[in-house]
Amino acid sequence: MKILVLIGNVPDTTTKIKFNADQTGIDTAGVQWIINPWDEFALTRAMELKEAYAGAISSVVVANVGSSQTEPTLRKALAVGADKAIRIDAEAKDAFFVATQLAQIAGEYELILAGIEASDYNGSAVGGMLAELLDRSSVSAVTGLDLKDDKLLVTREIDGGNQHLLCTTPLLAIVQKGIAKEVRIPAMRGIMMARTKPLEVIAPVESSYATSIQKLELPPTKAACKMVAEDNVKELVRLLKEEAKVL
Amino acid sequence: MNFELTEEQLMIQQAARDYAQRELIQDVLERDANATFPAKHVKALAELGFMGMMVDPKYNGGGMDTISYVLAMEELSKIDASMSVIVSVNNSLVCYGLDKYGDEFQKENFLKPLASGEKIGAFLLSEPEAGSDATSQRTIAEDKGDHYLVNGTKNWITNANSASTYILIAQTDPAKKHKGITAFVLDKNSPGISLGPHEDKMGMRSSDTHSVMFTDVKVPKENRIGEEGFGFTFAMKILEGGRIGIAAQALGLASGALERAVAYAKERKAFGTAIANHQAIAFKLSDMAVKVENARNLCLKAAWLKDKGEAFGVASAMAKQYAADIAMEVTTEAVQIHGGYGYVKEYHVERLMREAKLTQIYEGTSEIQKIVISRSLLR
Repeated sequence: MKILVLIGNVPDTTTKIKFNADQTGIDTAGVQWIINPWDEFALTRAMELKEAYAGAISSVVVANVGSSQTEPTLRKALAVGADKAIRIDAEAKDAFFVATQLAQIAGEYELILAGIEASDYNGSAVGGMLAELLDRSSVSAVTGLDLKDDKLLVTREIDGGNQHLLCTTPLLAIVQKGIAKEVRIPAMRGIMMARTKPLEVIAPVESSYATSIQKLELPPTKAACKMVAEDNVKELVRLLKEEAKVL
Repeated sequence: MNFELTEEQLMIQQAARDYAQRELIQDVLERDANATFPAKHVKALAELGFMGMMVDPKYNGGGMDTISYVLAMEELSKIDASMSVIVSVNNSLVCYGLDKYGDEFQKENFLKPLASGEKIGAFLLSEPEAGSDATSQRTIAEDKGDHYLVNGTKNWITNANSASTYILIAQTDPAKKHKGITAFVLDKNSPGISLGPHEDKMGMRSSDTHSVMFTDVKVPKENRIGEEGFGFTFAMKILEGGRIGIAAQALGLASGALERAVAYAKERKAFGTAIANHQAIAFKLSDMAVKVENARNLCLKAAWLKDKGEAFGVASAMAKQYAADIAMEVTTEAVQIHGGYGYVKEYHVERLMREAKLTQIYEGTSEIQKIVISRSLLR
């Protein structure tokens, strides 16, 4: 079985987000880039599976859509243990565009893993769109993934509980936190080996955009938290009524 | 001139930062309080390749450059200098010594398990009456034909108990004074070696420091590093590199304290506003930042020279002296900015201050560094 993990290149989660002049994108000056945390969970699980079922899983490949500036993120995925990286050389502007690009390379993988959301624009759409474009089954909100003979045991979160599914391949799993143990720190040996692992660059196919960002806005700043002594219910009620105006 | 780090260097910096901020932070206060050795962290950092970062991969090392080592040391030291001194001694004193001056037998048998971190090492130079004046070695290694017989006492030995391998500096020909000093590599479990009690230190409390006593310890001839009489040059050369590690440790203590001070100053309010908005605090932070940046540049410059194969002894002395001295200043100011909270252990900065003090003392005091620097000027 070959596994493909989709890798988003996103600003470090501690970045103080600023917008560009026309407020249609993130100002990337001085931003540190990381693997989208949900994609990192997916990659970690792929590595765990490859270690547990060395015979059954032949390779773990990572892919993204982005400029050459996203290569450090792919090479980190190689340092963590992926066997090969593919970069489709185009700017990742919207989910449909990205899914269309990925569709040209993804068909040959029996299992595709996508993070459930991205920590930048939070579109939560690439995984589902890619499954549709490839005309294959997908399961979302996956928190558990294991091999059972030639099938996959999939656990997904549903309202108030878990659903356990036995799925055939090919499958696209849209994963969330909980899928893997702890995300891995690349070891020196892995960093060294990443030097010689293949990073293939592919030209984009013709595609359109399904959306365009009109304007981005920051959420209103939260008011400071006020602490009220536990025996002062009167004051709490007064604050809720007069300041928060919720009563 | 190029101030940019490579992608690989950035990845190593991030790996060290991730490990420190995710793992070391968890039990650092407890280990400091109880002076417990961070065995599980040594094992984890070994698996990540941090115990023999710069050693040739054919001897199980990470094959990385000294700049990467400085970056890693800074990140680890921001959180836990007790851990980083274990990393530093193993990398830049023990592994570096064997990698550069050991023969094939010594590299196969001693360097390989040290570089992989399966074992750790200690460097035995200081004596009760020979610290800064390393020429006055009293530990004697007497030539007995097929082996040397070692007697004497070494002091302040980092990793003394947890190490499996010792690099020992001893006198083989007292008449020749420092030209009669020789270096050896040996197994800690050699009969006749005993340890003094665990030193109850002010800081770096979870690294284990002991004195080591040698009573008729037999050291095989093949364990001698280089020729007889090479030991003093060996020790001085190794310490030139070691200074970069401790300079980077001091840098990490200072930059860690600065990060904590900045975060606290933005959060803590006094007179109706965050204390960072008071110029008395803002200017302190500014002074601290300039010192940290200077120290970082000195460390990276020394590492860069070493990586290029150029002389770096004076540069590493400058980095060590400056970084250690400003680590003391910056950590002290960080405590001051924290006020009363800075004086309690939960806020970490008092620990960083205690730890910073040692960087002015070990692997060459600040005064010894000034001797190295001034001699290079007055030569």
